[in-house]
Amino acid sequence: MSAPLGTLPRWVNYGLLPLLNVAVAFAVSGLVVLFIGENPIDAVQYLVVGALGDGEGIAFTLYYATNFIFTGLAVAVAFHGGLFNIGGEGQIYLGGLGAAFAALALDRYMPWYVTAVVATAAAFAFGALWALIPAWLQAKRGSHIVITTIMFNFIAASLMVYLLVHVIKPPGNMSPQTRLFEEGGQLPKLGWLMQWFGLDIGAAPFNVSFLIALVAVVAVWLLIWRTRFGYEIRTMGTNATAAVYAGIPYVKTVVVTMLISGGLAGMMALNPVMGDAGKLQIDFPAGAGFVGIAVALMGRSHPVGIVIASILFGVLYQGGAALAFDMPNISREVIILIQGLVILFAGALEHMFRPALIAIFAAKPKSRTASAAGAA
Amino acid sequence: MESLFADLIQIFAATVRLSVPLIFTALAGLYAERSGIFDIGLEGKMLFSAFSAASVATVTGSPWLGLFAAILTGVLLSLVHGFASITQRGNQIISGVAINFIASGLTILLGNAWFGQGGRTPQLANSARFTEITLPFAAEIAPIPFLGPLYSGLISGQNILVYLAFLAVPFTWWVLYRTRFGLRVRAVGENPGAVDTAGISVTWLRYRALICCGILAGFAGTYLSVAQSASFIREMSAGKGYIALAALVFAKWKPLNVLLTCLLFGFLDAASIRLQGTIIPGMGEVPVQLIQALPYILTVVLLAGFIGKAIPPKAGGVPYVKER
Repeated sequence: MSAPLGTLPRWVNYGLLPLLNVAVAFAVSGLVVLFIGENPIDAVQYLVVGALGDGEGIAFTLYYATNFIFTGLAVAVAFHGGLFNIGGEGQIYLGGLGAAFAALALDRYMPWYVTAVVATAAAFAFGALWALIPAWLQAKRGSHIVITTIMFNFIAASLMVYLLVHVIKPPGNMSPQTRLFEEGGQLPKLGWLMQWFGLDIGAAPFNVSFLIALVAVVAVWLLIWRTRFGYEIRTMGTNATAAVYAGIPYVKTVVVTMLISGGLAGMMALNPVMGDAGKLQIDFPAGAGFVGIAVALMGRSHPVGIVIASILFGVLYQGGAALAFDMPNISREVIILIQGLVILFAGALEHMFRPALIAIFAAKPKSRTASAAGAA
Repeated sequence: MESLFADLIQIFAATVRLSVPLIFTALAGLYAERSGIFDIGLEGKMLFSAFSAASVATVTGSPWLGLFAAILTGVLLSLVHGFASITQRGNQIISGVAINFIASGLTILLGNAWFGQGGRTPQLANSARFTEITLPFAAEIAPIPFLGPLYSGLISGQNILVYLAFLAVPFTWWVLYRTRFGLRVRAVGENPGAVDTAGISVTWLRYRALICCGILAGFAGTYLSVAQSASFIREMSAGKGYIALAALVFAKWKPLNVLLTCLLFGFLDAASIRLQGTIIPGMGEVPVQLIQALPYILTVVLLAGFIGKAIPPKAGGVPYVKER
């Protein structure tokens, strides 16, 4: 995004620098915990034990991580194209509608794996559709995509409340939600996978969506670094003017990039809707679209980085509940603060430590050539 | 007829009450964005200010000290935003998102630790709030038809922050279009290079615009927790910062338009509350959700360029790098 002041070794640029940024975010969170009058080291212990202490905790952690992999990938694909998709929340919501339609239509006639394929396609399509108008407006009319996607989050929320209350809700039912999906409309739990490692899944809703998420991770990696279109996305993200000069169609690239981004966000709905609740409910995205921003920034928009960051945020979400239970003085919302600080330090302030690191690391090759010249 | 008019006065009064936080916040965003700094973090600034105002008013019993704390909070968050986006030349959108998250998490965390009510602050006594001010002669004029209810029901009987919000609009107009500072703020949002060439510091100018933004956000937060209600409730800004952002875009970044847009959005909000569950014969229940979504839909339509054109400040969102 900004001009590099000097070149850093790859391991510093992609390893040490993000690690440093995230470490500072956690250190500041620790200071806040200290300020409240609790011991941050104890807090971390409760958090880690709650998230990774037993099979159920791990399964819950991976359940949350599944959400964040999808939304992180969604934000990352847009980032690669120089676009900021802040509308994940709305796209997930609509994706849930697509998944629910598929499940409601097929669950009584088809086995789950047929429904899952259709539902995945529907969730992708609905999420993509919700990103289409902001994308088109950005590409054709120059409306700022950040503003339009935010607006579309709120429009989605109103639309879904209307649909759930007035249209989809089965008659006679009080709460605004669909009927419970039959077995053919639910994604099975991954108890067997946990058993491979000798762990018990317990009551955790860890399900097949996790495997779909991993497929999406590989697919996004292939798309971005191994296809012609991925190259076009990255070119546009690096320099849109140069991309247009090179013959890359701007409108098409923006729109398709956003469709993929919105579709990935929409696919996240599979996890809570078909993997956990077995029905479509109000407010099920619960902020996961925004977590995707933190995850993409922390994972530096690379699929592998996103998986690692997602698991870390999964630990925070699962462990945060345990922490709030063990230390009533610290409420669960501490994880929202940590997210905010990660976004601040790994995102907005990502270059803060760069000059210092350049002073330390980038000087070395220079001195080596100098000494080599001296030897010659 | 008489009762319809009374109804209207009630809806207008609700409109005014609901639009005040939007006016303060949209004006806050106006200073930031006219200086070339996008501010997605308005929501967070409003929320955190509301928390500070309620906390300090609870402890000291003074709404004025609460307001002061809220302003301080708004300015501090603005300075964080400024440090990230001006000094460090970071991404302004990301910095704003971060501020929203930090405010959302930290207010509940601190509120829970300090007051132990799950993120709420204790109920404020009336002496610790900004309460309704009855203007002179309100009772005497009330019996006069039309003029009476208008004066006593709408103009009189609001709290001081409401009057300040309506004064803030012409004041902002005056600052922006009639002072040297305002001219420079507008210039730095369009062409920072030219401002720099004239020997004026782009950095300092943008920081000052962000401080103005923080002050106004502080007023908005105070209104939520100390005037409109009597305590801080978790997530009490409830998206108002984003509606204000929409209003700012819809108003094409102009102060007087901001007032009209905020009143319109406030009116839609008031109407949707009023019409909840109302049945229109032949049409069924009023789709309240559509009315609630209307501000956002209108803003998107405007952005699309179908009704006029909203052109943002040219240098918005781009960190300024001095030529070497």
